[in-house]
Amino acid sequence: MTAALSMHNGQTVALADVPVLSVAELRDHVIRAAGAGARLGAFFGNPLDASSLRLFAILVDGFSGNLLVLATDVADRYPALTPDCPQAHWFEREIAEQWGVRPLGHPWLKPIRFHRSYRAGEDAWGRPADAALLPGVTDFFQVAGEEVHEVAVGPVHAGIIEPGHFRFQCHGEEVLHLEISLGFQHRGVESGLLGGPDKRSLHFIETLAGDTSVAHAIAYSEILESLGGVTVTARAQSLRGIALELERLANHTGDLGALATDIGFLPTSSYCGRIRGDFLNTTALLCGNRFGRSLIRPGGLWFDVDGAQVSQILERLEAAEREVTNAADLLWNTSSVMARFEETGPVSVDTCRDLGLVGVAARACGLERDCRYELPSGIFRFAQIPVSTWDTGDVFARAYVRWLEIKRSAAFIRDQLGTLPAGHIHSPVPETAPSSLSVSLVEGWRGEVCHVAITDKGGRFARYKVVDPSFHNWMGLAIALRNQQIADFPLCNKSFNLSYCGHDL
Amino acid sequence: MWKVLVSRLKQGHRTLTYPRSEPALPAPYRGLPVLDSSRCPNGCGECAEACPTDALVPGDNGIALDLGRCLFCVDCERACPHGAIRMTQDWHLAGRTRAGLIISESKMLARAEALGRELRGLLGRSLKLREVSAAGCNACEADVNVLGTVVFDLGRFGIQFVASPRHADGLLITGPVSRNMELALRKTYEAVPAPKIVIAVGACAISGGPYVDSPQVLNGADAVVPVDLYVPGCPPHPLSILDGLLRLLGRLPDIPETAPRPTA
Ligand code: SF4
Repeated sequence: MTAALSMHNGQTVALADVPVLSVAELRDHVIRAAGAGARLGAFFGNPLDASSLRLFAILVDGFSGNLLVLATDVADRYPALTPDCPQAHWFEREIAEQWGVRPLGHPWLKPIRFHRSYRAGEDAWGRPADAALLPGVTDFFQVAGEEVHEVAVGPVHAGIIEPGHFRFQCHGEEVLHLEISLGFQHRGVESGLLGGPDKRSLHFIETLAGDTSVAHAIAYSEILESLGGVTVTARAQSLRGIALELERLANHTGDLGALATDIGFLPTSSYCGRIRGDFLNTTALLCGNRFGRSLIRPGGLWFDVDGAQVSQILERLEAAEREVTNAADLLWNTSSVMARFEETGPVSVDTCRDLGLVGVAARACGLERDCRYELPSGIFRFAQIPVSTWDTGDVFARAYVRWLEIKRSAAFIRDQLGTLPAGHIHSPVPETAPSSLSVSLVEGWRGEVCHVAITDKGGRFARYKVVDPSFHNWMGLAIALRNQQIADFPLCNKSFNLSYCGHDL
Repeated sequence: MWKVLVSRLKQGHRTLTYPRSEPALPAPYRGLPVLDSSRCPNGCGECAEACPTDALVPGDNGIALDLGRCLFCVDCERACPHGAIRMTQDWHLAGRTRAGLIISESKMLARAEALGRELRGLLGRSLKLREVSAAGCNACEADVNVLGTVVFDLGRFGIQFVASPRHADGLLITGPVSRNMELALRKTYEAVPAPKIVIAVGACAISGGPYVDSPQVLNGADAVVPVDLYVPGCPPHPLSILDGLLRLLGRLPDIPETAPRPTA
């Protein structure tokens, strides 16, 4: 059997070097690798011609720190991987929706975003071209029986959050099954990126999941730097790392506050809401924007810091860290809080592996899944942040892992600011290499952000695939709700805090 | 209980004194750009070339900038070799009309004016809003959400976000309005009892923002519902949103216009 192509994070390979296997070989390879602990980082199609599609699979092997790339060509159908490799579930639904190719034997083949196929006339469900596609209008898995009832929530929710539809099958207060139907946020990001890089590309990237601007911008920049063959300076790498960890600090702190809100524990809720803002304001000290917009640019960064800014950031960091410690300790020391967090919304480590969960959700099941450690790029090749795990898989674990990470991110930023290398912060990026494939993974605050670019003969994007960590993890939330009280949904939801737009693209 | 009280003391009082005084934003904060067309050589247009959303249009009377499309991203400022565009720290960006957001050297931003007397009488001291994210990226949503924190304490102005459109006096919309949210947005609007107002927050909700003319979006809220207040930015700073709300309700003390500080 042809071996998969092994590459490292941030590497560019010639498209011609990606081994194209038979469908059976690819299935076999992916299923075996997944069984041995690898995860599917990305699995997507790229059209070869009007009637055939090349499927690319990117396997992430955390043990060896390598990425394995393989491909296969399909026409309008192929035997689905999902029955043997549940991680492929969402990817195969996406492939079907985008290209009209049917993964045969897929147990639950439904659209995930409700848009028309990228190939006119090819629809996996045979829907007529003029039929209206309404998001959320689809069959849902239903449970029947006496006293079983269905609860539908969304797309517009009660709070200030993004839209999505949730369908619960309940027996009394108990949730037997939750199905999540998204797509309301679909803005056509991947289509917009085709033919790039251009002046709009980076802005799509920075806003495709707007609370993860920094992580996505770093992933995109690393792709362009790899395709252009340029290395960014040590100073730029360090500043990028600082921005990435500030993004984590802000969001993790906000999440601890939001978890407290959902159980009505107001002290931590109100403190963390405010301290989150202090971290965002620290990012604004770097670049003027609280979400780090325009900070990261291919080739490095657009904003440097001087000595005065460094001391200002250190000062703010110290104050915010002290205050978030105080606010978080209240959680762990209050038994009524712990009673609500512990054993709520558990996910077992086996389920976590099967579903291919990433980020905080995976680390809260005890898995050491963290790109900063497994496949480090940028500054993380030189400065390691220990992986934070907890193994109970419940709301508490997801909260506590965030808390552990807050401490470690703060320590990392302090270290980096103390030893900031001298040098410039931006290097010009040469033209992108033609007919190549490049992969970049960055550990965003929710988890692994994966970008894959395929360039055409002119070096333009023939395909730009984005996998936000939410894409992997929405199914985790659905499973965490099984046999839980429906009243615990907000709490479980917050403990994952997934991105709707990052999923819907 | 004791611990909670001690921590309450440690965390202190954090609400801004705004609008009694104007808080300073971080030195690199990017607000209202100022244009100086006298620096532009004939037919230059490098800024327009660089602008990701085509917010800049060079014309006979110098460059015009549509703040409703502007991402405040500095791509233009960096591209301009002549220093004709400079960002400032002015965060009072809200306007009542779409046309009023288009500025040039000779046309200042038409800052938001208060609602008419009748609506102000109804809503001026108690405004309940339903937020609809219509494909917003969660940054606008986050910066609307922050208004509820102790820092901004929106409640002290009688403004509150409510869970149902039936309880609301209006909508606050974020995002470019994806095709997939059109129906939900329309229905939510219809569910709000009249008279009602609509506030569009962020470049997306005003014009489509980074997604302008993408086939999957409708280029902003006013494609679906009439809009009473626009707050530019990507995302707008929470203060810009608050400032817009207070202007709309006629709740801001008259602050004389001063020359804004340049962005560092
Ligand atoms: S205006 Fe900018 S920040 Fe707001 S939703 Fe749109 S992309 Fe996000």
